[in-house]
Amino acid sequence: MDQLLINPGPPLLSILIFLPLAGALFLLLVNNENFARYWTLAVTGIAALLSLPILTGFDRGSAQFQFVEKHAWIETLNINYVVGVDGISLLLLLMTTFIMPFCVLASWTYIKTRVQSFMICLLIMESAMVGVFVALDFVLFYILWEAMLIPMYLLIGIWGGPRKIYASIKFFLYTLAGSVLLLVGIIWLYITNNYSFFIPDMMWQHYSVTAQVLLFLAFFLAFAIKVPMFPFHTWLPAAHVEAPTAGSVILASILLKMGTYGFLRFALPMTPEATVMMMPYVLGLSIAGIIYGGFTALAQSDMKKLIAYSSVGHMGFVTLGIFVLNQQGIEGAILQMINHGVTTGALFLCVGMIYERTHSRELLSATGVGQYMPVFVTFLGFFSLSSFGFPGTNSFVGEFMILAGTFEYSIPLALAAIPGAVLAAAYMLRMLQKVVWGGTDNPDQSWLTDLNVREIVTLTPFLIFVFWIGLSPQHFLDLMQTSVTNLLDNFTAYSSQYMAAADLIVR
Amino acid sequence: MDHTTVHSPALLIALLIPLIGTLGVMFRGKEENVREGISSVSSILLFITVCTMIPKVLAGKILMFNMFNLLPGVSVTLRADGMSMIFALVASSLWTIAVFYSMGYMRGLNEHAQTRFNACFALAIFGAIGVAFSNNLFTLYLFYEVVSVCTYPLVAHHQDEEGYEGAKKYIVYLTTTAKAFLLPAMILIYVLTGTLDFATNINTGIFPDDVNRWVVTMLYVFCLFGFAKNGIMPFHHWLPGAMVAPTPVSALLHAVAVVKVGVFCTTRTMLYVFGVNIMDAFNLGIPTAYFVGFTIIMASVIALSKDNLKSRLAYSTVSQLSYIILGVALLTPSGVEGGLIHIVNHAFSKITLFFCAGAIYVATHKKYISEMEGLGRTMPFTFGAFAIASLSMIGAPPVAGFITKWNLLVGSIEAHQIGILLILLASTLLNAAYFAPVTYRAFFGSRPEGEVFTGIKEAPLAMLIPILIAATISVIIGIFPNIMMQFVKAVTG
Repeated sequence: MDQLLINPGPPLLSILIFLPLAGALFLLLVNNENFARYWTLAVTGIAALLSLPILTGFDRGSAQFQFVEKHAWIETLNINYVVGVDGISLLLLLMTTFIMPFCVLASWTYIKTRVQSFMICLLIMESAMVGVFVALDFVLFYILWEAMLIPMYLLIGIWGGPRKIYASIKFFLYTLAGSVLLLVGIIWLYITNNYSFFIPDMMWQHYSVTAQVLLFLAFFLAFAIKVPMFPFHTWLPAAHVEAPTAGSVILASILLKMGTYGFLRFALPMTPEATVMMMPYVLGLSIAGIIYGGFTALAQSDMKKLIAYSSVGHMGFVTLGIFVLNQQGIEGAILQMINHGVTTGALFLCVGMIYERTHSRELLSATGVGQYMPVFVTFLGFFSLSSFGFPGTNSFVGEFMILAGTFEYSIPLALAAIPGAVLAAAYMLRMLQKVVWGGTDNPDQSWLTDLNVREIVTLTPFLIFVFWIGLSPQHFLDLMQTSVTNLLDNFTAYSSQYMAAADLIVR
Repeated sequence: MDHTTVHSPALLIALLIPLIGTLGVMFRGKEENVREGISSVSSILLFITVCTMIPKVLAGKILMFNMFNLLPGVSVTLRADGMSMIFALVASSLWTIAVFYSMGYMRGLNEHAQTRFNACFALAIFGAIGVAFSNNLFTLYLFYEVVSVCTYPLVAHHQDEEGYEGAKKYIVYLTTTAKAFLLPAMILIYVLTGTLDFATNINTGIFPDDVNRWVVTMLYVFCLFGFAKNGIMPFHHWLPGAMVAPTPVSALLHAVAVVKVGVFCTTRTMLYVFGVNIMDAFNLGIPTAYFVGFTIIMASVIALSKDNLKSRLAYSTVSQLSYIILGVALLTPSGVEGGLIHIVNHAFSKITLFFCAGAIYVATHKKYISEMEGLGRTMPFTFGAFAIASLSMIGAPPVAGFITKWNLLVGSIEAHQIGILLILLASTLLNAAYFAPVTYRAFFGSRPEGEVFTGIKEAPLAMLIPILIAATISVIIGIFPNIMMQFVKAVTG
């Protein structure tokens, strides 16, 4: 239990998990749409504020889990309720709580039917997502991991676009199928570790190589689908396109991060030898994802699809950074998870705002809106620049660190990822050019109204983070540094011999 | 020379003036005179701010201002040294002239979206000043990209098929090369050296002694092509394509902000990242000189074949930019001096030429050289200025271009490169061949027979005065080269 640091004070993490759930339960009793909106905004807003003490109270110098709470749950099976944060999960947790109020704002007028049910889904989502990032008991993790699927399924299936049933079922089946093997892995770990589900105890154990490889593959399938890594990505464009704006934002900003978070939390510490063995393949898939995502995004005429495929490329960068297994790479990857959450979330919000006006996501029907929506295109411009890693914005720092880590590992590998960066500029500028300028035969857009105050309020915080992370990322990197160093120290200590051998094979 | 570093907020002020000017232009866009007033006041303030830094820089100090620290060794930091001053002075002084000229041009032609035009113009200058005052590769890259993005609306200004086509080519070439070459080069340099800060002299560079020769060579080639604004073939196509823009933009693009940003970045990187020692040791200089020599000759030959005046000027720019890189690549004192001073000389002369082309268009709506027969007699000042600037391009005394040619020729002899000498001489002949006929036909040709009196007269004063100022400066810096040469000497030490 030496990995735990129990901070005295209110049980903040539990409050963050159960407050939205309680809010959802209360909404069941209410039958007033406007009240449901304000209520959800208030609950998510309070949750965001309550997550701030976690940031201020977080000890940056410690790699232990902090704000830990531990309660017995199902004692016969030794299942406990254990939650805690460390440098890897802290930023993801904060991003989750902070994005949720803006999802509510983005759905204010977008969702017109069954508002209460929609808001209930959002709140349950928040509980589950916060829980996934802080759970330290594998059963708790798994339950919450699966629990997310249901509200998300409903969000797409009820409030989605024309092909919502197809998209929601595809999403559900894909992610469910991925996690079935995860359950097998969990049970094996439970038995091997003296019938304990406690996650930190499962790390850095000397499992046999075969067991590690099998375990890694089980993890990999579950997490690679969630990321999504090429070639497990096909559920993503469908889900994104059909989901309502808030659903797309949650999917892109938070759900995708769970895959990469899973790699860092489980795959690396529990199966280090297998990680080293599988590293070349995962890196290869990452590069494939980067390039494939880029080319496919370039060919899209549907803005949501374009951004969805761009996510495949961006998440490829994240997995690249994780699996080069050095400080720069992993720190860059964690930062890039946040960046992608901020930037892509904001881009989906932007597309949602156009959709609310034109009821189309087609790029061609949104050409030349720049003249009539100058405020909107200014926001869109900054987010697009951020998305392709314009220097001075958040994604640049993430990409820079990931590529620096990759260059340290292997120059050819890093050069192979560069076309992805070029393509990112190409598809983002293409979209931006079409939306802002269009051509000489733009449809008449003069009836469009520019953003209202609510929409500006929704987008502004994202813009602040774009430049805040872009210009002084050190504030954010400080939070994760100790945990990442600790992870890598443990990793090298564990497999120093093995790494040397594998290194020879790889080069 | 000892280089002491001084903290100087003047750098930040210089950077913010064009940015604040942009905001002012955007918010007071409805009132034409206020808007143009803001532009001109900002340009003059900028020029004065840059001038205040001159004494300290000439005293051998390096002015610094740290803005943001991203990662260890990666920051947004401004610096002013001899080399920054060369470009900052050119960019800020030409902005003052260009503001007045574009006022005359845009109003003379009743162009649309003049507010957007003025705002983007100021933003481009913001980027150029940022490039001039960059203290490291990251800051340089940041402002380089700012210039690329902010000039897109200027190139696409007319919003017709041709405009979009040119602008598309422009942005595709510039961002693709920057992402494909510059980004990996920058990151790899960071991985190898742990920093992106420029060295404080042109000799040492920032690489450790035991660095791998082939990695450095690869990085060098990446940097050479990554800054595609420098117009080196084969990545020069964006430049003639961008000719669709209104003429003040062409002047800004092809004389000041964009192309000079390209060559400035290239030479800054050659001298302060790689350094003369490494370039010499790994034999990177002379091959570069021959490589850009090809661009010099090829672009001149293409220029000969162009009847559209602006196209001819564009290819002339492609050719002349390579002079700058060629000079620096010779790595001898005279070569480097000749190259760097050409940043100034070419800027003033080429902006004169473009201003003239714009004045001719406003006065006569003629774009083709073959239509300009005899126009010199009705527009003597415009074509007179054109003649003076052409002489500078050709490299005849006493106009500025002569100083360049002289130094480059001395440099090529110092480097014992007869081939380079021949390239320079051949290009001089070619320059004469494509510039002299323009002036000759204008003054001595005759208007087509049967042309009724068209009422052609000189362009408005708002355009004519900037033309004459730019032409006069071309002559002055030709007769008193030390005005700018002192900064170049500060670079070579």
